[in-house]
Amino acid sequence: MNCRSEVLEVTVEARQVEEAMLALLHTVLLHRSTGKFHYKKEGTYSIGTVGTLDIDCDFIDFTFVRVSSEELDRMIRKAVNEFKDALSNSGSDGMGQISLEFYQKKKSRWPFSDECIPWEVWSIKVNVVNLANEQERQICLEKVGEKLGEKVINVVEVINRHEYLPKMPTQSEVDNVFDTSLKDVQPYLYKISYQITDTLGTSVSTTMRRLIKDTLAL
Amino acid sequence: MDGDLSLQDKKDLDKFIKFFALKTVQVIVQARLGEKIFTRSSSSPTGSDWFNLAIKDIPEVTHEAKKALAGQLPGIGRSMCVEISLKTSEGDSMELETWCLEMNEKCDKDIKVSYTVYNRLSVLLKSLLAITRVTPAYKLSRKQGHDYVILYRIYFGEVQLTGLGEGFQSVRVGVVGTPVGTVTLSCAYRTNLAFMSSRQFQRSAPITGIIVDHFVDPPFNSQRPPTMGHPCNYRAPDDEEGGPFPGVQDSQEVCTTSFSTSPPSQVSEPPPTGQSADSSGSWTCHSHCEFCTERHRDERRRSLTPADPLEFLNTFTRKVGAFVNKPNAQMTTGCLDVPFSALIPRVLESDDVDPLVHPPDSPPCPSPLQASLHSESSEGSGQQEDFVMVDFRPAFSKDDLLPMDLGTFYREFQNPPQLASLSLNISSQSMAEDLDSLPEKLRIYEKNIDEFDAFVDMLQ
Repeated sequence: MNCRSEVLEVTVEARQVEEAMLALLHTVLLHRSTGKFHYKKEGTYSIGTVGTLDIDCDFIDFTFVRVSSEELDRMIRKAVNEFKDALSNSGSDGMGQISLEFYQKKKSRWPFSDECIPWEVWSIKVNVVNLANEQERQICLEKVGEKLGEKVINVVEVINRHEYLPKMPTQSEVDNVFDTSLKDVQPYLYKISYQITDTLGTSVSTTMRRLIKDTLAL
Repeated sequence: MDGDLSLQDKKDLDKFIKFFALKTVQVIVQARLGEKIFTRSSSSPTGSDWFNLAIKDIPEVTHEAKKALAGQLPGIGRSMCVEISLKTSEGDSMELETWCLEMNEKCDKDIKVSYTVYNRLSVLLKSLLAITRVTPAYKLSRKQGHDYVILYRIYFGEVQLTGLGEGFQSVRVGVVGTPVGTVTLSCAYRTNLAFMSSRQFQRSAPITGIIVDHFVDPPFNSQRPPTMGHPCNYRAPDDEEGGPFPGVQDSQEVCTTSFSTSPPSQVSEPPPTGQSADSSGSWTCHSHCEFCTERHRDERRRSLTPADPLEFLNTFTRKVGAFVNKPNAQMTTGCLDVPFSALIPRVLESDDVDPLVHPPDSPPCPSPLQASLHSESSEGSGQQEDFVMVDFRPAFSKDDLLPMDLGTFYREFQNPPQLASLSLNISSQSMAEDLDSLPEKLRIYEKNIDEFDAFVDMLQ
């Protein structure tokens, strides 16, 4: 089975990194979370209800919807903050990538550990720019909002192709497909990783910087 | 075609499509109310949360949707559309977007209704939640209240997109294949919002029918035409009233909440060996319906009513020129059309000294600010005849959709009270005092000249 891979690219200011990542990761997780499963006898199960919540961004002219689960939000924020710190420590013109991977566990015999087989990976490439003045920042605020809107539309388009999804598991297998550790919602098993690319040549980053500045120039 | 589908599946599918349509309308209208939406996750199903999503049901919206559907379901050539439009305080209106729930002929015979279709409809609703925050009308709806309101209209039949102006864009939310056709959800939205700044709106036609809204008294003198739509604002009815639409509650059906653990395999995968191939899930029905819970209702009442109904009414009933002398300089509770207005304390002091109300005969004009105020009053003093609302566009305001924030700010603070130091008597007195104390001050400064020099050196 092939793993589906989707890449999204955004260009933001340093202070917008956190909210942009949260917006996109939560949009994906909204679609990849269900209510809690409650297994009953006779092999049936019922599904809990997923609530939603609007979040207004402070540094971007954008509002996104996330699942109403503080636990899930905490975990995503923790990962995003680590990524944000790593990006800022790498240097002012940071480029990096954060990945959200959905996987299934496959039990292996002893002494081998369980295999994690990814079935969908979302990679968000981030280019951080520094802007010179308030006017440019104001334009960036709106432009990034529009770009994020386009990315949300892209995400929705991919998800609504209704391609491979793991089968609904039996009670004994549910932990191989879903993350059942949260008390109010049940996302598919996922992991978040990131990498900071500082191996790019100066020429690329200078070109990017110039392109952004040209776009923002009045 | 229908013969291949079992009776139970057909019944389930019809039910799913019907409730999907109702929930779609709820999501769209609630996204245009102007506030952030919040619903709680619940690990135990309540029986009324269709598609395993916590989406509240506003009774009026459900009623309108059912009225539009009139017992039919979205089908081929019969689309359900929700039109979102904007209406200004002067009565101009503009269509912003049209959401369409359509069905086409492409059938997916092999798909399992009770499981796959249901889950995919749930995913589609989540996508709708996300996309409704992305189209341009969302930002407009969050700022509604002062100068315009957002209205919705539900209709069934052929999609009408002509009101969206030229160059409208389209975004597809998603599709779900079913054995009787493919459900498609999309949105067409206006891009030509510059229309609003040139005030070329279509004038609303004189109305014949009445659209009663139970929530806020119509702020405009004219009533809305039947084609206009309903306001996207909502105040939850009190418990005792039972809501304006008790009939809706009775007919609410409960959603299915139970699934089988050995569900049918995915469409593309062959059935796994060693597992019983169940072809349909098992369903249990609960006999309990639930709408807004108490705490949500309270939250709603606080958050969904206009911030101050009096102010809201006031901003729409005032229809005077920009610089006319009107007793209430501030946009608060000074409007005489408000009931019990006599009980509201007026800010009379400011009126008495307000130069616009009582322009002095020979204005002394010690400051440019006062001079400008007096010149404004000479334009519009005295008469309060028919005035046309001048489109007040402050200079240097951003050429945005509605430069209302700067304009509102400017209007509110146009007539500040006089500065004490600017009045002649006080200023002449203080001038004399200053002159007297000047030699003394000079003596002190000369004594401390070293300190001042050291300070200047420090700065350099």
